[in-house]
Amino acid sequence: MKTMKLVAAAALALSLAACTTADDDAAGSGMLGGMGAGGGAPSNAVDQSSLAYFTTAVGDRVFFDTASSSLSTAAQSTLNLQADWLKRFPDRNLTLQGHADERGTREYNLALGARRAQAAYDYLVAQGISPSRMSTVSYGKERPVELCSDERCWAQNRRTVTVIAGAVGS
Amino acid sequence: MLTRFFLILAMVFGATQAVAQQSSGPLRVTIDQGVIEPMPIAVPNFVARDAASAELASQITSVILADLGNTGLFRQIPATAFITPAVGVDAQPVFADWQIINAQALIAGNVSTGSDGRVTVDMRLWDVFGSSEIGQGVSLSTTSQNWRQVAHRVADVIYSRLTGEAPYFDSEVVFVSESGPKSSRVKRIAVMDQDGANVRYITGGQDLVFAPRFAPDGRSVLYTSYASGSPQVYLHDLATDQRRTLGVSQGMTFAPRFSPDGRRVIYSQTDGANTDIYTLDLSTQTRTRLTRSPAIDTAPSYSPDGQRIVFESDQGGSQQLYVMSASGGPAQRISFGTGLYGTPVWSPRGDKIAFTKQVSGRFHVGVMNVDGTGEQLLTASFLDEGPTWSPNGRVLMFFRETPGPLGAASLVSVDVTGRNLRYVQTPGGASDPNWSRLRSN
Repeated sequence: MKTMKLVAAAALALSLAACTTADDDAAGSGMLGGMGAGGGAPSNAVDQSSLAYFTTAVGDRVFFDTASSSLSTAAQSTLNLQADWLKRFPDRNLTLQGHADERGTREYNLALGARRAQAAYDYLVAQGISPSRMSTVSYGKERPVELCSDERCWAQNRRTVTVIAGAVGS
Repeated sequence: MLTRFFLILAMVFGATQAVAQQSSGPLRVTIDQGVIEPMPIAVPNFVARDAASAELASQITSVILADLGNTGLFRQIPATAFITPAVGVDAQPVFADWQIINAQALIAGNVSTGSDGRVTVDMRLWDVFGSSEIGQGVSLSTTSQNWRQVAHRVADVIYSRLTGEAPYFDSEVVFVSESGPKSSRVKRIAVMDQDGANVRYITGGQDLVFAPRFAPDGRSVLYTSYASGSPQVYLHDLATDQRRTLGVSQGMTFAPRFSPDGRRVIYSQTDGANTDIYTLDLSTQTRTRLTRSPAIDTAPSYSPDGQRIVFESDQGGSQQLYVMSASGGPAQRISFGTGLYGTPVWSPRGDKIAFTKQVSGRFHVGVMNVDGTGEQLLTASFLDEGPTWSPNGRVLMFFRETPGPLGAASLVSVDVTGRNLRYVQTPGGASDPNWSRLRSN
C-alpha cells in the first residue's frame, strides 16, 4: 500500500511538472499521464481527469489513528494532491465519506465518521476548494473495506474517502 | 416452599450487590455459572377440553415451558417422571404424586376452543409441598391466531407469582436483521416476540438502517435510515406502514428514543464535526437543543420518570457517561472506570443504567447505579454492544458480534445479575435489539 502511494505520488509529481508548461485548454480535456511519460507510447495514455486516475494516482482516501480525526502529514499530502486535481478539474463535485473501524459503538462511530469527513472537508476548503462542490456523509462502522479483525484491517477502515461524482463509492 | 424460593431469589439479587460494593474495581461476573439451584417445576401437558384444541394445548404448554425455562430460575421435571400424566384445573391434584418426584410447583391447565373460534386457557398454580393453591386460577381468551400471546400471558402469571417480580414474557423486540457479507451488510428493521417467534420485517433492505426503538405504546418505531443518502431518523407507524422524517434539513440525525410519555423524540444531530442532543416535541414540532459542547454527545436515554437523561460524550477527552436534566444544562459525569463507555440505557425500574464498555480490546455489557457506583460487567467478548432492558428490568438483551471476515451478529440475553446468558434465536444475523414494554390488551 505504501509503495503504491509513493509510485502514485511520483507519477503525480511528474504530471504536475508537465502541467506547469501545458496549455490551460489541456487541463480540462485530459493529458498524457505521468505514468506514460517515461515510456512514451501513446497507447499508455492515461486520462488524468478520469476517476481511475484520481483513485489510483492522486489517492482517494486518507487514514486516521484510533478514535482520532486529526489529519496526519501523510493525510495532508494526499489531500494536497486531491486539491490540486480538483483545481485542474473544476467541474468535478465530490462527497467525503467518513468511516470508522469496528472497535467502537455504533452511534459513536457514526459521529466519529462525521468528524473524519469534516476534517478532510475543512482541509480542502483551506486549500481553496469551494464548499459548494463538496458534501460529507458518515458511514460509521457500517462499511468496512478490509474484513479481518486486527489492526492491519482497522487501520485501512479508519478513513475518509473522496468520492468524485459519478464514481462508485467505497 | 414458596417463601423459601423468595428467600433464595432475594439472596441472589442481594448478594451480587454486596459483592459489588466490596470490590474496588469493576466486578467480572463469570457468565453461565449457576449460582442457585433452579426450582423444580412440573408442567404436565395442558388438557384439551375438545378435539379442536388438542394440538394447541401442547403448543401452548411448550411456549409456557420455554418462557419459564429461559429464565434459568426453573427446571422442568421430565414428563416421563410423572405419576399422573394429565392434570386439569377442575380438581385438586393428588399432591403426594408430585411430592414424590420433588416438584415444588405444579402448573395445571386446560385449553378449549369456543364455537366462535376463540381459544381459552385456564390455569391453576399449586404449591406441592404446601398442598395449597398459589393465587387464584386464571382464564384467558384470545383468537386462535393469537395463541402464543395468551401462552406468554399465562407464563407471566406463573413467573410473577413464583418470583415476586413483574412480568415480561408478553413483550416484543424490534431489531436489525442482518444478511450478506460484512463489507456490504444488508440490514432490515424487524419485530418479533421476545422469544424469537413471529418475526415480521418493517423495512425492505434496500437502505442501510440501524438502532430501532419502540414507542412506549409499541405502535411505532424510530430508526435511522440512509434512505435519503445520509443518516436520518424516521418515525414508522407499524399499523399503517407509513413513515416520516423528523424534518431536519441539515446534517445527519441518529440515536433516537422516545420520552417515557411518548410525546417527544430525543436524538443526536451532527453539524459538521459536532454532534449534539436535541428533542422534538411531536405535537408542537418544537425543537430544543440540549447540549452545546463541541464534542460528540449522543446515545441519549430518559429516566423512566422523564426527569433526567443519561447520554455518552467525549467532552472530557474520551467516551464516557453523563447525566443531565431533561431540560439540558450542566451534565454530571458518572463513569470513572478505565476504558470507554457508551450506549447507556436507563432501567425501567429507575435504579440502574446499562451500558457498553470497551476496555483492553474487549467489549462488555454492564450495569451501574445511576450515580455511577456499583459498576458490574455482566458479559465479555470480542464485541458485546447495545443493551436493552426487559419490561421488568430483570433481563438485558444486547448483540454480540464475532470477529473476522465471516463475523456475524447475534442477539443475546442475560440476567441483570450476570447469570443465564442465552442466545436468542433469529433468522440470520441480528443486532441493535430494543425491548418493548409489556403489551397492553
